[in-house]
Formats: sequence, C-alpha cells, structure tokens
Amino acid sequence: MSTDVTDVRARPEPIKAVPVRHPGRWVSIAVLAVLIAMFVHVLLTNSAFHWRFLKESMFRPPVVDGLLRGTLLMTLCAMVVGVALGAVIAVMRLSDNPILRSVAWAYTWFFRSVPRLVLLTICGNLGILWSRVEFGVPFDTQLGKLFGISALHLRIGGFTSRDVFTGFFAGLLGLALSEAAYMAEIVRAGIQSVDPGQGEAAEALGLTRGQTLRRIILPQAMRVIVPPTGNETMAMLKDTSLLIAVPVTYELFFQLDAIGHKKFDPFPMYVAACLWYLVLSSLLLVGQYFIERHFSRGYGQQARARMRLRGLAAEQGGGGEGIAT
Amino acid sequence: MVRAENVHKSFGHLEVLKGIDLEVRHGEVCCVIGPSGSGKSTFLRCINHLEKINAGRIWVDGDLIGYRERGGKLHEMQAKEVAAQRRSIGMVFQRFNLFPHMTVLENVMEAPLRVRRESKAQVRERAIELLDRVGLANKVDTYPGQCSGGQQQRVAIARALAMRPKLMLFDEPTSALDPELVGEVLDVMKNLAADGMTMVVVTHEIGFAREVGDSLIFMDGGVVVEAGAPRDVIANPQHERTQAFLAKVL
Repeated sequence: MSTDVTDVRARPEPIKAVPVRHPGRWVSIAVLAVLIAMFVHVLLTNSAFHWRFLKESMFRPPVVDGLLRGTLLMTLCAMVVGVALGAVIAVMRLSDNPILRSVAWAYTWFFRSVPRLVLLTICGNLGILWSRVEFGVPFDTQLGKLFGISALHLRIGGFTSRDVFTGFFAGLLGLALSEAAYMAEIVRAGIQSVDPGQGEAAEALGLTRGQTLRRIILPQAMRVIVPPTGNETMAMLKDTSLLIAVPVTYELFFQLDAIGHKKFDPFPMYVAACLWYLVLSSLLLVGQYFIERHFSRGYGQQARARMRLRGLAAEQGGGGEGIAT
Repeated sequence: MVRAENVHKSFGHLEVLKGIDLEVRHGEVCCVIGPSGSGKSTFLRCINHLEKINAGRIWVDGDLIGYRERGGKLHEMQAKEVAAQRRSIGMVFQRFNLFPHMTVLENVMEAPLRVRRESKAQVRERAIELLDRVGLANKVDTYPGQCSGGQQQRVAIARALAMRPKLMLFDEPTSALDPELVGEVLDVMKNLAADGMTMVVVTHEIGFAREVGDSLIFMDGGVVVEAGAPRDVIANPQHERTQAFLAKVL
C-alpha cells in the first residue's frame, strides 16, 4: 500500500541464527518415554486387569442406569439448583440490607463447614426427625392452646418423610444445598471483580438496580464465574459417588463396586469407574470451552490481537480493514 | 436548570465539599476547573445523586435531587425514584465506562430499550443517527475494546444522549485520552453546546472553557474560589489561588 516511503533503504538479509539448544527437553522426553512404556507394559501383561470382564461390566444395564440417573442427572440437577440458589445468596450477601447479608453469611458458613458425606447422611435420615412434614400456619397447635382450642390444625397439606426424604430427592437436597454455598462465594467474587464504574454508568443512565445487575454486572461477572463453576461441576460429578450415604444405589460407582464384590474381582471395576469418570469429565471440559468463549465477547486474546493489528496497520499508514481480516 | 445551594459532602472525616453554590441556566455551558482533589468531580457526581450530599440542596429543572420535601421534612427517595430522576441527566465519565460485553450500537440502545421501553426499531434508528452525529456510523457493530479512547468517549456521549437528557454532566471527559484524540471529543462537545444542550463540564481543557463555556467556576479545597465569565476569569483572575493555578496550566 504505502511501501514507497520505506523502500528508500534496501531491506537487509533475514537473520539466520543458530537457535538455542534445549538438551533438557530431550532428557525429559526420554524419561517420560520409559515411564509410559512401563505403564503400558503393566496394562498389557498384568493379568489382574481382566480387560474382557471390565469391558463387559462397564456397559451392563444397572451400571449404565446408575451412570445416567445417579451420576449425570444428579450432577445436572444439583448444579442447576446450586447455581441458582448460590446466585441469590451472593446477591443477598452484597445487598445493602444487613439482615439479608447476615442470613447469606450464616448460610455459607454452615454449608461450607459440614462435609458432604455427613450432610448427605443427614438428608437421608431426616425421617427420624419428622415422620411427616406439613405446611400451614407455624406454631398452630401452640397458638390454639393459648386461645383454649385443643389440637388446632391450620395445615394445607404435607407429605410423609419416607416418600420424599429418601433416594434421589434427599441426595439432591444435600448436594444442591452444599453446592449453593460454594457457588455463592464464586458468584460474589465474580460480581466484585466487575469495575465499579460499570454500575455507576448504568445507574447514571437510569437503569434500576435489578436491571444493572442482570444486564450489566452479571454478564461481565460470568467471565470470572464460569471457570471455577466448571471446577465445581467436575467436583460434583465425582461427589455423586458419595450418594451411597443417603443411600442412593442407582449410582455409577456403587453399581461397579457391587459387581466387583459379587464376582470377587473388584480391581477391574475400579478401573472401569476411572474410565467412566474420565470420559464424563472430558465431555464437561468441551462444554466449558464453549461457555467460556461465549462470555468472553468483547474481551480476551482475540479482541486484543485484532486491536494490535489495527494499531499496527494505522501506524504504517495502511488501511486497517485490509489487514485485520 | 441546575441550582445548588450550600452543598456539603464528607467521606468519613474528610470534608470534600464545603458549601458549593452554583446556578446554570437553560442552554448554558458551565465549566468547572481546579486542581485534583478540589472536589469538582465529587460535586458533579452529587448532581445526579451518585454521591449523597450531607447538607444543602440541589435542584435540576426545578426538582430536588435525591429527596422529597414533605411537611418541612426531607424524605430520602426510593432507588426507583432516583433512577427516574437520572433519566433526564446524561453523564460522561473520565474512564468512558462503556459496557464491554455489548457492541457500540447495543451500548447506545440499552438504556432507551430497558428504561424507556421504546420500540426496538425506533431506538435502533435513533442510535444509529446519534452515532453518525458523533462520527462513528461505521463502528456500529464493533465492541468498545476494539475502539480507540477517543472513539469510546464519543460512543459514551452518544449513549448518554440516547436518553434525551435535559442536562449533560462531563467528568473530565478528555483526561484519559492520548493528546492526539482530545480534539475529536471536544469537537463533539462543541457541537452539542452549539445545539443548545445545558452542560456542566469538569475539565482541564482551559481552551475549551474559554471558547465554549458560558460560565466558569474555579474550585479548590472544596469551595468555589472564583466564578464568572470564562474570558474574564482566565484572562484576569482576581484570586491569588486562581492566578497560581492558571499560571501552571496555561
């Protein structure tokens, strides 16, 4: 385009220098190759793996059912509830209202302090505390006594604990409540990472607090929120193996473990569990990549690289558009 | 259009504004100059209630800002009412504060769409018209991160204008810009002033104040040290502090 100015001096020869050697890399490749060879050797020659048995068991109906219902569906449900509840708690935590703030703090304090295994056990045994749960006016019988009415019941409905606080729902309750506490901290960090000028600009335009949060702050906070949420999802996927504490038996690891013990050959089943969890985690990674890409609109390497290119083009007096594509 | 009476503002024990009075008439451009830390930005932020004042009163277009007077008692306004008041007051920030996750066009369309709830086609048409007016019709679909500082600030001006404000507040709009880019933003502001917009401009651009301003106030240490017609104050400052400041910046 505008090379006539720079053409005054002849262009010097391109530099042909001997590159820096990296002997360390070759050494590490050699060490790694030996280690991999040893590992493969064990896989192939150690007869305890029982590969055929492993492969057959991995796709047995109860295992696949446990994988779909106990592991995948539970992870999905617990994360959806956990993220939604966590976002609400994070907003409460950052609110001007001191009561909401303390409630949110107490919630995260409690549910981050109790181990998931313990929490799941409690959720599975809530029936001991209440054999029947009913909804209505609180303290109705006590109020009734106060006014001389015996056995006053102002209830609109209820359920028997044994029908609800067992199995899937009890597991979901424990995992989701625990997850919400961690997600609340992640969302809070995300919201606080957004430049306060963004909120001011939105408020100066007349947007309400809610609109500012939903339209301006949260979309930008997502960039910070998504990566640790990916971590949380992966942790949740693995923590579904704790569901046995509820107990929930249609779950991947429990089923594989059961087969292993029934056939007096547990080790191949542990390997099978590893393989399943590896596959599922890898799928999650792919999903996270696309979500991260979506929320980095207007930021990130791509935008910055394009900007640099434009800047360079402008400096050289060329049309930016021609190069930036 | 803007009337401030004896405005006081403290951050904790630090008193930033110690009794500011100001009167800006309809269509007037008022420039505020002064050293950093003099309270000029804080005062500007008080006008649209981004900062709560501790004493005094501010009216914009006859409406008391941030409070309602009932039976001789002041009542704090709800957040929603404050938001409603801000709709007619545009603000431009030193650091632009464009929304980085939205394109230039979406930035300008956001407030009219969400706050005024106008039809999308109408808002879009007007947003493009405004971007054309600030010379950025070709940047509509880019993200703020891909624009230069001067371009971003012009988008910010268009974004504020999209709400059809009665008053525009500028908080050092050119201070974060490369010297080369200052001119393009000032040109947009000059055109805006020529169209009759009422403006309060906190600035270090003495040339702009002299050329475009109808009035000028010089602030230092939280008080208005000197006020008057820009030409008079700049050419012939009465107060010692003003003289010293102008001698350094001119």
